[in-house]
Amino acid sequence: MTAEELFQTEYKYGFTTDIESVSIPKGLNEETIRIISSKKNEPSFLLAFRLKAYHRFLQMKEPNWANLGYPPIDYQNICYYSEPKKKQELKSLKEVDPEILKTFEKLGIPLDEQKRLANVAVDVVFDSVSIGTTFQKKLKEAGVVLCSFSEAIQHYPELLEKYLGSVVPIGDNFFATLNSAVFSDGSFVYIPKGVRSPMELSTYFRINDKTTGQFERTLIIAEEDSYVSYLEGCTAPAFDNNQLHAAVVELVAHDRAEIKYATVQNWYAGNPTTGLGGIFNFVTKRGRCAGYRSKIAWTQVEAGAAITWKYPSCLLQGDESVGEFYSVALTNGKMQADTGTKMIHLGKNTKSTIISKGISADFSHNTYRGLVKIAPRATNARNYTQCDSMLVGNQCSANTFPYIEVGNHSSQVEHEASTSKMNETQIFYLQSRGISREDAINMIVNGFCKKVIQELPLEFAVEAQKLLTLKLENSVG
Amino acid sequence: MMLLEIKNLHASVEGKPILKGMSLTLSAGEIHAIMGPNGAGKSTLAKVLAGDSTYEVESGEVLLDGVDILPLPPEERAWLGLFMGFQYPIEIPGVTNLQFLQTAYNAKCKSQGHPVISDEQFTLRLAEKMALLEMKEEFKTRHVNEGFSGGEKKRNEILQMAILEPKLTILDETDSGLDIDAMRTVAGGVNKLMRPDSALLLITHYQRLLDYIHPHFVHVVIDGTIVESGGADLALKLEKQGYDWL
Repeated sequence: MTAEELFQTEYKYGFTTDIESVSIPKGLNEETIRIISSKKNEPSFLLAFRLKAYHRFLQMKEPNWANLGYPPIDYQNICYYSEPKKKQELKSLKEVDPEILKTFEKLGIPLDEQKRLANVAVDVVFDSVSIGTTFQKKLKEAGVVLCSFSEAIQHYPELLEKYLGSVVPIGDNFFATLNSAVFSDGSFVYIPKGVRSPMELSTYFRINDKTTGQFERTLIIAEEDSYVSYLEGCTAPAFDNNQLHAAVVELVAHDRAEIKYATVQNWYAGNPTTGLGGIFNFVTKRGRCAGYRSKIAWTQVEAGAAITWKYPSCLLQGDESVGEFYSVALTNGKMQADTGTKMIHLGKNTKSTIISKGISADFSHNTYRGLVKIAPRATNARNYTQCDSMLVGNQCSANTFPYIEVGNHSSQVEHEASTSKMNETQIFYLQSRGISREDAINMIVNGFCKKVIQELPLEFAVEAQKLLTLKLENSVG
Repeated sequence: MMLLEIKNLHASVEGKPILKGMSLTLSAGEIHAIMGPNGAGKSTLAKVLAGDSTYEVESGEVLLDGVDILPLPPEERAWLGLFMGFQYPIEIPGVTNLQFLQTAYNAKCKSQGHPVISDEQFTLRLAEKMALLEMKEEFKTRHVNEGFSGGEKKRNEILQMAILEPKLTILDETDSGLDIDAMRTVAGGVNKLMRPDSALLLITHYQRLLDYIHPHFVHVVIDGTIVESGGADLALKLEKQGYDWL
């Protein structure tokens, strides 16, 4: 088997969909931004938001503090907007280009009325645009809004004006600022006061075009006493060039509201031997626990992308608010991940939990970077952090950079860390008891990641376990 | 038919020969002890039989119930009824003993075309075996060997043996690290688990385990081959005189 074939069997989402698309010329300038804004028929405040971001971006430098090495990104050689050609207003998902429907079918995300995932409403984003959202009627009855960002621009401009950039400000960081200038589509969720979403909400992101960057924007607002669980999944075709994904996710939880946000990220990671290709994943995710006793929980399974730079964080503003971060980051081949979280305690009696599990195999680098910051006025705040690394083989590396800043005397911060090795002896031990090699690896990995996987919605926990096993099978031994 | 036939087995690790023409046969109902000085190849024999891929089999044959097991991966050897109790049992963090034992048991059932038993049935079976080995309830939910004392780890090995009911059990230095009480319990458990159709291969340094598990045959391994075989009295002689006379 050639290396090429080997990697094909490893990454089964590496195919491209042959579809006519319309892209705007490559390059980043004011004109690019005006074109995107006019294509989306945006109100003037949004164009102003984008332009402000663009001008900030011009003055910013790409950060280099992360434990990542990659060639410089040529921001003028990226296409910032691409959409499938068939453009007229779609009345139902039946009118979506059959090629795109087939794509999602192949990815295990059927959009077909009969075959939908049970009890999960899905919005799908293909390159720069949202293709459609399932279960609209059921959600509407409950008063829950799940729609593409483009639709939100038309139907909920006042909510966008109020909340967009309220958690991740325009000039927050290099990649978030770039996103603020050129974001194309994404998902918008609004849960009204007192409503528990009757089903899991989910967005599926697919990059298809070779030179298009994906810059999606997600905004979730949970009003008082509401609850929502949301999951995003990502895949991309295997190309030998790198594609840029720079997303921004903002969450706002009001009094006693709860948002659970889960990610299963399986972007194309590049060729495992040559390191060619793969997604550069620079993502800013932040939740604001604005209200009293509000709660935001991030769960992520990061198993793909050539480069991952991502720190889903919580601003714990409301008194007694709770932030949680559960993460599994798996790197193999030549992947590099620098990921973690920030828990910023501002309110009194706020609590945060961080459970991070890093698995590195082959020649990959896996870094946990986290900040726990307790403001002087955040009295009696609590944090518990557990950071475990598992190494598979001798060529990979794992690093942990926990930063802790405590501004008062009544707060408590706990930090536990460990590094272990998955080795042939463990696998042999299980095999010698009659457990197959595949099941043995599965058992070891899932034992290690248990605390994180159990936070995922049930429908996705099994998938996530399989994904981790599949990724590691060729790396062990 | 013999339960186990080892014929002129040669094995090496990283190019260094360890087993140099080992031959041994065991019949059902028999207990054999393998003794010998450090580095003679006793543990290597156990690991090669169980299918540890760190060791390279150079030549020879190993038949279990007439089936050549050397080409088989470790799990398939286990399905055929081979069990090796580890000298140093391995920790599997995050995996409960219950989950581990049930997965192993189910894999065995499936390999034999039997239906998998229900969770309730398995829990009952486990409780019964744990009682046999005087193990506390908490060992069900504790993670495999994680934070276990030396004695607890060895007892846990015998629990696995009890659940899997192997035809051939190889115990690699099961007595090491055990105090006298723990050894009595472990040995008592092993004795109770023996059946007329099963056999036991004990690898040990010291005679003391043989006070509790009585072997029919004792073999002395030096430099990768069996140099002397005899009855239980051979072990006593070794205890008194060491290996120099051989």
